[in-house]
Amino acid sequence: MKTVKYLAITAIAIIISGAMMMTSCNGGSGTGSKSDTTDNTILGAGATFPNPLYSKMFSEYNKINGLKVNYQSIGSGGGIQQLTAKTVDFGASDAPLNGKQDSALSAPVLHIPATAGAVVLSYNLPDIKDTLNFTPDVVAGIFLGDIKKWDDPKIAAINKGVKLPSLDIQVSHRSDGSGTTNIFTTYLCKVSKDWETKVGKGSSVNWPIGLGGKGNEGVAGGIKQTPGGIGYVELAYAIQSNMAYGKLQNKAGNFITPSISSVTAAANIDIPADGKVSLTNTDAPDGYPISGLSWILVYKEQKYNERSLDKVTKMMKLIQWMIHDGQQYSGALNYAPLSQKAVAVGDAILKSVTYDGKPVLQ
Amino acid sequence: MESTVDNNLITRPENILGRVITSAKIRDAVKGIKRIKRSHRQIKAENVFRKTIIIIALATVVLVLGIMLTLILQSVLSIKATGIGYLWGKTWDPVRDIFGAYPFILGTILTSFLALFISIPFSFAVAIFLGEYYPKGWLPNLLKNTVELIAAVPSVIYGFWGLAVLVPIVRSLETKIGVQPVGLGIFTSSLILAVMIIPYAASLGQSMIKMVPSNLKEAAYSLGATRWEVIRSVILPYTKSGLFAGILLSLGRALGETMAVTMVIGNTSLIPKSIFAPGNTMASVIANEFTEADHPVYLSALIELGLVLFLVTVVINMVGKRLTKQFTN
Repeated sequence: MKTVKYLAITAIAIIISGAMMMTSCNGGSGTGSKSDTTDNTILGAGATFPNPLYSKMFSEYNKINGLKVNYQSIGSGGGIQQLTAKTVDFGASDAPLNGKQDSALSAPVLHIPATAGAVVLSYNLPDIKDTLNFTPDVVAGIFLGDIKKWDDPKIAAINKGVKLPSLDIQVSHRSDGSGTTNIFTTYLCKVSKDWETKVGKGSSVNWPIGLGGKGNEGVAGGIKQTPGGIGYVELAYAIQSNMAYGKLQNKAGNFITPSISSVTAAANIDIPADGKVSLTNTDAPDGYPISGLSWILVYKEQKYNERSLDKVTKMMKLIQWMIHDGQQYSGALNYAPLSQKAVAVGDAILKSVTYDGKPVLQ
Repeated sequence: MESTVDNNLITRPENILGRVITSAKIRDAVKGIKRIKRSHRQIKAENVFRKTIIIIALATVVLVLGIMLTLILQSVLSIKATGIGYLWGKTWDPVRDIFGAYPFILGTILTSFLALFISIPFSFAVAIFLGEYYPKGWLPNLLKNTVELIAAVPSVIYGFWGLAVLVPIVRSLETKIGVQPVGLGIFTSSLILAVMIIPYAASLGQSMIKMVPSNLKEAAYSLGATRWEVIRSVILPYTKSGLFAGILLSLGRALGETMAVTMVIGNTSLIPKSIFAPGNTMASVIANEFTEADHPVYLSALIELGLVLFLVTVVINMVGKRLTKQFTN
């Protein structure tokens, strides 16, 4: 008798919990559309990498136009998910949408290049004052675990005159999924067949070697604490925290020091009309090869979830401002301003955004 | 409804006592009525209270079941894609959609049990010291508060401390014993975890030891037992189940700890070759990869990892309860 009672209670509990979950799911998407009714606040979510720059841009734009932008830097993947669920007005990502993400969308999404960044190779060799040179081969070899010592002949050959120590190479990589990892592994896939077949590219990959650190600061910690350490961090982070980083040979054969100007140069290539281009292994002769654009993502057709034309126009003007006047804030924060070609492509994409079939910006 | 009851109550004493009622008696009667009225309301309130309590208590059960249901439903995609092999698959490759949780399950169990192993002597020593040797005084008070403070410190602070202090120490230890000096890894995480879980077993054990009836102890002493003998043959057998429950509580904490472990474990999906090797736990993988899980199967695989962690915790708890029961009987 008692067990029957217990069973009944459990069954009821399961049913109620199921019902609660269903309603909570519906509730989740419901609140998103409700918050859209406030017309002077734009909601955005996505990449963490451009967050400092975007925050600066949004606060400056707020001073001029009084528009409030609530940007949540929850990561590119999260931003894309929220955009897919239509709970935000725009998303932001360090990587163009992949096929699986594209197919989850209910309507076409546009990629507007908003800023550019780079990933640098930082190392910890206390006795070496010169800047080390790296070639794509050497980088792939180190991160695959084939090159194990700093005095390996392959490293020595491109760093003549530098007395390399016989230290073990200790690789650090990002443990959290990140756009930085995506740019770096995309680059390695392009320059190394071995890497492409063994590891591949993505925001998290199955690293054949090394230690994972959370965030740029985690990787930087791993490098700084271990003599012989090497890892990849964002350029802006490396500059701000005074880390040593190497020159890298690009496609044209030049050894390029990563800098704001060499990243902008990397983006000065012919960009396809949809804005989706990887700058890694750029053709530009003076461009740094591990560079990447960061995009703002918006739906091509802006009339959904009862959003007003007024709000959509405000948002589009904001994005237009970001890729033009907003770029002046890049340098101070160590981001690379967009190249002329990238801005031109961005303008064309913005003009193709429609509201109820009619273009929003003239 | 209420008014008729009141009328009855008012009329009844008048009928019983007739017309000869002194004012004092009326006052007494009115007092009595008030008391009866209040108790009537009290019964009502009692019922409301009982129902509220039951609903709130049931809500907790519903909540836990709801979480489990969510985990199961959301991991269906991954369960379909990888099957049961998910549990012993050795590769975790989000690029190729190969998801095997074995390295993380191993990492979780290794760090938790190693931490438990390291922490038991400390927590038992604290428990016995505070429970039996010096239950009162400023030093035991200080010790007690300090141990409680250990549980109150946020785990990210342990992570920082581990990274800044413990990692270099472990690295120099590794250099001495001749393994690759990394500093980060399973061993370091276990040390951090051990510190974090000391208070759980210690405070429970201490209060259990204080509850040992003094006539038992006095009887043993009067028979000429030394302190050590009393602890060994009276206190420990008497408090077995409590000490064990404390250990379980610690283990539960160790299994789920995320932040501090993530910061010092080295975060690699390779299977750890020794306790000094870097690894990953289920909780740390979820914390690391959840935000950027960029395709549905990947996300689902991470949620399945959460489900496995949930189930491992439930199983360990159930086994623990069973063992505790056996010990006490």
